[in-house]
Amino acid sequence: MNLLPRLLKPLLVSGRDLTPIVVVVAVFQLLILRQPLPDLAGLLGGLLMVLLGLTLFTKGLELGLFPIGEALAHALARRGSLGLLLVFAFALGFGTTVAEPALIAVADEAARVAAQGGVIQDSLQGRQDYALGLRYTVALSVGAALVLGVIRILKGWPVQWLIIGGYVGVVIMTGLAPPEIIGIAYDSGGVTTSTITVPLVAALGVGLASSIAGRSPLVDGFGLIAFASLTPMIFVLAYGALR
Amino acid sequence: MTEWLASAWRTLAPTLSDVVPIALVLFGFQYLVLRRPVPHLRRVVLGFVLVVLGLVFFLQGLEQALFPLGRLMAESLTSPAFLGLSEPSTDWRDYRWVYLFGAALGFATTIAEPALIAVALKASQVSGGAISPWGLRAAVAVGAATGIALGCLRIVTGAPLPWLIISGYLVLLVQTAFAPRAIVALAYDSGGVTTSTVTVPLVAALGLGLASSVPGRSPVMDGFGMIALTALFPIMTVLAYAQLGDWLGRRRRTN
Repeated sequence: MNLLPRLLKPLLVSGRDLTPIVVVVAVFQLLILRQPLPDLAGLLGGLLMVLLGLTLFTKGLELGLFPIGEALAHALARRGSLGLLLVFAFALGFGTTVAEPALIAVADEAARVAAQGGVIQDSLQGRQDYALGLRYTVALSVGAALVLGVIRILKGWPVQWLIIGGYVGVVIMTGLAPPEIIGIAYDSGGVTTSTITVPLVAALGVGLASSIAGRSPLVDGFGLIAFASLTPMIFVLAYGALR
Repeated sequence: MTEWLASAWRTLAPTLSDVVPIALVLFGFQYLVLRRPVPHLRRVVLGFVLVVLGLVFFLQGLEQALFPLGRLMAESLTSPAFLGLSEPSTDWRDYRWVYLFGAALGFATTIAEPALIAVALKASQVSGGAISPWGLRAAVAVGAATGIALGCLRIVTGAPLPWLIISGYLVLLVQTAFAPRAIVALAYDSGGVTTSTVTVPLVAALGLGLASSVPGRSPVMDGFGMIALTALFPIMTVLAYAQLGDWLGRRRRTN
């Protein structure tokens, strides 16, 4: 088992990454709130698990997620079929978002708010329909974002023009949407990009940009995640305005 | 033990429902559309297993150690008893500990955010080490801290969220016009990765606690918006960080 010594250095790195949380929690709990730490053993056990988890995750990224993301991007770019590439981008965006646990939680919460605000009928069926509709809306928007982002990488459009266009879209839709949905819509942008989607999407963009002549992986390869967190805001606001 | 296993399963199930569609899309394309074997299949599968296992341990550990304590702290810090208020107050100065806690917590959780670690790694690889992962993550964390502190302030004062977000966009417009081209896309990306597994639950608890103890605020209406601000400010700080690096570099060359 030669995996163990190779995990030692990443373990130390993860430890360094977790130190700030431990310091903040300890300082506030002991010095400012002046409360003892409850269940110290459970706390330490939990911290050890967090440490181990972060280490395994980072290792897994380098072994699995990054290479396959880039390999697929290269292979699809070599294939030269634009349609295939776009279908892949859409499937990745839609597929990874529609089952995203954080999104399910936010959609349920949004349905509750909408029911309280009298936007929809306050029944179980009404809330479930609303939440499901919202989930599909967000998943569609992430799929659309990746399609747009891939086209942008191929064409070499500057990222800022699309982002600014997106901001204008958010501002316009804010004026049209019911006030109850605005907070949720703004927050939905942040929750769609999960911990597993992000590395994969980053690898896809970078892989694509590096296999096309004249594109820089840094300038053109990044930006997909930004699209994926911007379009849900617009789509959810539109969903609220149309319902 | 059975209790522990049950709670581990509760963490594993959502992680799997996150991974399975991704794996289906990836392997489906590789085998059905491209009809090519996956290079280094065993390593890739091992990588996937490590990622899932890692996330399960990570989330399980957070759920066991940090989240309950963090939520408890968020509640106690926002309670009138701690704030020394005999009656509920709407004076923003009474809540200074909350802003400080929000900022400190935001900084610390962002540093540990796995998605941000991934993007920082990739950016450092791609730039040949010119973008240090640590510098990028620190810049993002400072932005997240600012966003959360402002989000708390917003809940206390009741300032309308859309105006804050729109003014943030205007600042970004100006910054984008002056920032070094190479960093722009990465800076925009860093907004979306800040708010993930570690930050969201704790920030949400802080927002809800605060919205229920400040008079005139409702957790339902005002508890939201914190994540949006936490995703907005890192873009500004990363652009500023790049600008600063650019400017220092130029000054060094002219001297």
